[in-house]
Amino acid sequence: MTAAAQAQAGALAAMLDRFCPMHVVIGPTGHVIRAGPTLARIVAPEAIVGARFLELFEMMRPRGVQDVAGLRALDGMRLRLRLRARPRYALKGQLCTLPPDASGGGPGAMVVNLAFGISVVDAVRDFGLTGADFAVTDLATEMLYLIEAKSLAMEESRRLNRRLEGARLAAQEQAFTDTLTGLRNRRAFDALLAQAVQGQAPFALLHLDLDFFKQVNDTHGHAAGDLVLGVAARRMLSVVRAHDSVARVGGDEFALLLPGIEAREVIDTVARRLIAALKQPVSDGAQHYRISASIGATLSRDHPGGTPEAIMDAADRALYAAKAAGRGCHRLHEAGGGMPLGGEMRAQGAAMRSR
Amino acid sequence: MNGLINRAIECFVRDSYGEAVWQEVTHGLGLDEAAFEPLMPCDPAVTTRLVAALSARLARESDDLSEDLGTYLVAQPRSEAIRRLLRFGGVDFAEFLESLEDLPDRARLAMSDLDLPAIRLHSQGAGLYRVEMGRSDGAGLRFGPVLLGVLRAMADDYGTLVLLDHRGSDSAREIIEVHLLDEAFASGRDFDLATAEATR
Repeated sequence: MTAAAQAQAGALAAMLDRFCPMHVVIGPTGHVIRAGPTLARIVAPEAIVGARFLELFEMMRPRGVQDVAGLRALDGMRLRLRLRARPRYALKGQLCTLPPDASGGGPGAMVVNLAFGISVVDAVRDFGLTGADFAVTDLATEMLYLIEAKSLAMEESRRLNRRLEGARLAAQEQAFTDTLTGLRNRRAFDALLAQAVQGQAPFALLHLDLDFFKQVNDTHGHAAGDLVLGVAARRMLSVVRAHDSVARVGGDEFALLLPGIEAREVIDTVARRLIAALKQPVSDGAQHYRISASIGATLSRDHPGGTPEAIMDAADRALYAAKAAGRGCHRLHEAGGGMPLGGEMRAQGAAMRSR
Repeated sequence: MNGLINRAIECFVRDSYGEAVWQEVTHGLGLDEAAFEPLMPCDPAVTTRLVAALSARLARESDDLSEDLGTYLVAQPRSEAIRRLLRFGGVDFAEFLESLEDLPDRARLAMSDLDLPAIRLHSQGAGLYRVEMGRSDGAGLRFGPVLLGVLRAMADDYGTLVLLDHRGSDSAREIIEVHLLDEAFASGRDFDLATAEATR
């Protein structure tokens, strides 16, 4: 090789180092004769030069490349490789065959340029690579910047979502709660009833109206009225089971949804207990307030295919009957449109009994 | 973008002047946490009022506060992420200066509604640079003094000795002069391309 040719080869090698810091020059025998500085850092320089290329790198795609002839056939193709040594990075690259050496006439060398692709994140971490280890045109630093910026934004977004979700739950809780009694409100009850009707499982619906509440409110003022409502709510909750729902659906109107109830006797018992509990005087320390309750009830099994409105309407009519029967009693809406029947009837006289 | 700016001001004031000052100023303005949500939009007028109220409460010019805010954003361990993102700009301070023109685009890549005014760098030789940043009056905060604080802290971070001077502003831009005295003045802080989390 002439001095001029040698200088030329040296300049080309330096250019390759600069532009392609992860290149490999493979000699005609398939052994590595040069490697770019970044690749050398990763594979270790003494191990890379002189080693067989295919012993350092496993060709993942195209598969089945076993020897130098196979390598030479890859000219220009898109390659996927893997470092055989740990940490076995996935790499991508391209191979270019060089023309035969002018002096020798044998087959020429090959140059493979490699890049990390997505494994750049791991490589930067494992080897402490810096901006100087990548070609100026390489987008690795920009990619790392983006990954970091996006994970920050994502973290911030997660935090915001948690905060909004907390606010949403609180707002929902508030929207479904009657603030005075802490019971569910009408909106919550409508949703519960609609759900129960869709759910097919049997349930009982009770519509309860406080008797004489208006008198307490008018005579003793709103504070006394509010106290009575609060106590009434707690007493109702203490009568029903934990999974029953009690809602305040109007000023002195309440609705109760009792899942799993099919027997009229059970309604009878629950309604009596509710009325008995609500008849107990309420005291604010200075005065006693007396109220009572009327209840209209219905069973879902008596309304096959009935809408929530139809079921609520049945309970309403039963409540109206209870009120008409003199208050402080309950009536059960009967299937088939018959007159409501109630346990308190015996006390009120047999005239209302339908059958 | 102003949610993010307000949040930055909040962290700066809380860490530098204490919780009591912060509560006093925000209560006085009737601001709630919604104004300090980085990913949520907020009226720039809120930022204007906030900066004015802080300036009055702390008896400091708003430009001085803004410059301290810039320094705080880079130098505080709490906002390490910002320093890291800026360090991606270059391997030394000179290269970082060269990358300033890309800063608005980089910021937009990180957060699409972060709209920083354009930055132009004029190299005048012998380590003298002139940084021109567009005026950002619509943002509720002038970015020129903030950038000055950022540059001061970044020079420190790279271990470079610089003289910085806010040369004033006209209707369209603010001008900062950077005199790079000694690139290797001090050792600077480490910067590893991999994140702290990733190396753990």
